[in-house]
Amino acid sequence: MKKNKRSLLAVPYVVWMALFVVAPIIMVVVYAFSTASGGFTLDNFTRMGTYTVIFTRSFKLALIATAVCLLIGYPLSYIMAREGPRFQRVGMMLIMLPMWVNFLLRTYSWMSILEKNGLINQFFSAIGLFDLINAVFGTNIEYFHMIGTQGAVVLGMVYNYLPFMILPIYSVIVKLDNSLLEAARDLGANSTAVFRKVIFPLSLPGILSGVTMVFVPSVSTFAISRLLGGGTQMLLGDLIEQQFLGGAYNPHLGSAIALVMMLIVIVCMWVMNHFGEGEEQAVML
Amino acid sequence: MSLQKKNGVLNRLFMGLVFLFLYAPIFLLIVFSFNAGNSSVVWKGFSLHWYVELFQDRLIMQSIYTTLLVSLLATAIATVAGTFASIGFYAMRRRWRDPLMTVNSIPMMNADIVTGVSLCLLFVAVFGLWNEFAENYRLTFSLFGAVYRITFPRLTLGFGTLLIAHISFNIPYVILSVGPKLRQMDKNLVDAAQDLGCTWFQAFWKVILPEIMPGIVSGALIAFTMSVDDFVISYFTAGSATSTLAMAIYGMTKKRVSPEINAVSTLLFVTVLALLVIVNVREARAEKAAAAQRFD
Repeated sequence: MKKNKRSLLAVPYVVWMALFVVAPIIMVVVYAFSTASGGFTLDNFTRMGTYTVIFTRSFKLALIATAVCLLIGYPLSYIMAREGPRFQRVGMMLIMLPMWVNFLLRTYSWMSILEKNGLINQFFSAIGLFDLINAVFGTNIEYFHMIGTQGAVVLGMVYNYLPFMILPIYSVIVKLDNSLLEAARDLGANSTAVFRKVIFPLSLPGILSGVTMVFVPSVSTFAISRLLGGGTQMLLGDLIEQQFLGGAYNPHLGSAIALVMMLIVIVCMWVMNHFGEGEEQAVML
Repeated sequence: MSLQKKNGVLNRLFMGLVFLFLYAPIFLLIVFSFNAGNSSVVWKGFSLHWYVELFQDRLIMQSIYTTLLVSLLATAIATVAGTFASIGFYAMRRRWRDPLMTVNSIPMMNADIVTGVSLCLLFVAVFGLWNEFAENYRLTFSLFGAVYRITFPRLTLGFGTLLIAHISFNIPYVILSVGPKLRQMDKNLVDAAQDLGCTWFQAFWKVILPEIMPGIVSGALIAFTMSVDDFVISYFTAGSATSTLAMAIYGMTKKRVSPEINAVSTLLFVTVLALLVIVNVREARAEKAAAAQRFD
């Protein structure tokens, strides 16, 4: 078969993509700019102003979660890359393994840890922490209120998406060319300077793809905030879900928010392609 | 070599803490699957009660069946379609290939909820039109004097739409892992096979396929994992009558989660752990054998 004939093998999938990738996105755009009766409108976007609180909360929590993941993930990847090959193999397996347990179950498990009479509160009351606090401050607390706080939601995001930060950073650091580090040291750089001027800039593509892979699911989650936020910490994902399957049925508004979310992803991708050359392998693990 | 310097106690401690953080909830999940009581906080003694209950729970068993069926079907279809699609892409000119690859990567890059919602919109809109058509028109024709009437079936979200959604988000991962293998392959191999009298299909079967097999296998594995693990996209495309395991779990978390769910996840976790250990041990052995051969 000739080369251009062989390319016909892709035709069925191209048709499939047109039907189930491109057409759905066109639907979202059409819905976002139309009313229930079919006319053109920008109302769906202006109406989003009512939800500024949810927008800012989503961005704030997702940014905090991403920062925490980076602060934990970068040192961990760096330390991991200095271990022996067998340790590294087992270590990476251990980091990926939790991803095979459904994230709803892992999140649910945190619910039972953070609950009013969950493990943490049980532990604190067993060691008499609450008695101590009550005695010192004259308060009357029996447990720490953790479920339903923004901290719990951030914890859930960090817990679920930390591997997405570690894997790309690790795969970049582990492939660093050692001769570059030796050259830097031979030329008189101390270890701080080597890190700042060589290792860190070279691991930037991994960082960028890690940041994207944590930020995008964090800003769009609805299950984590539902489970750990106790219904009081609505995020963008919850808002979209409500417009489609929840009580506030309004697919037009939901589409408009989904469109905004797509723009966020495009911006992330643009930043990544612009500043991080060769990040593809990192994304592929 | 700076990166090979051994880690100090503090670094090791930090690593240990992160692993503790990652595994404490899973450990807890497993421990409480053996709890005699129905709480996930208070330990009432050891029992296998919940494992017995699990196999008698029709709702959960049904959702496990749906999950496995949709994942296996979607993986099989996506692997075949993705392999052919990447051979096709690879034969294209860059001018055509690059934009198509960008479209291909959309489902991977987009937030799950956006993919789910957009597919949901498409299905609902198309089915709406179809159902209106089906209600107003029926096919009537007479044959041998008898009049037959064919009514069109009403379509709703269900297993079919769930399967379409899973295939759609699986194919990009297959292409992503088959593509590099095709690029690494020596282009002359196919030409040589054809010069020696192979038809293109024989060349595909005997030359291309064995060369790209590792990519196909890993693509299928990623696709299967993605399918089993998916919640968000299934949630928006499965409708109300069909439910995957993840959807069943989500439904339960709204009320009360039965420890049966802990039992399911323990079984899943142990299976995956066993598979990973086997794969790794085999790989390590193969590496050792290869290294031994090199020194012979």
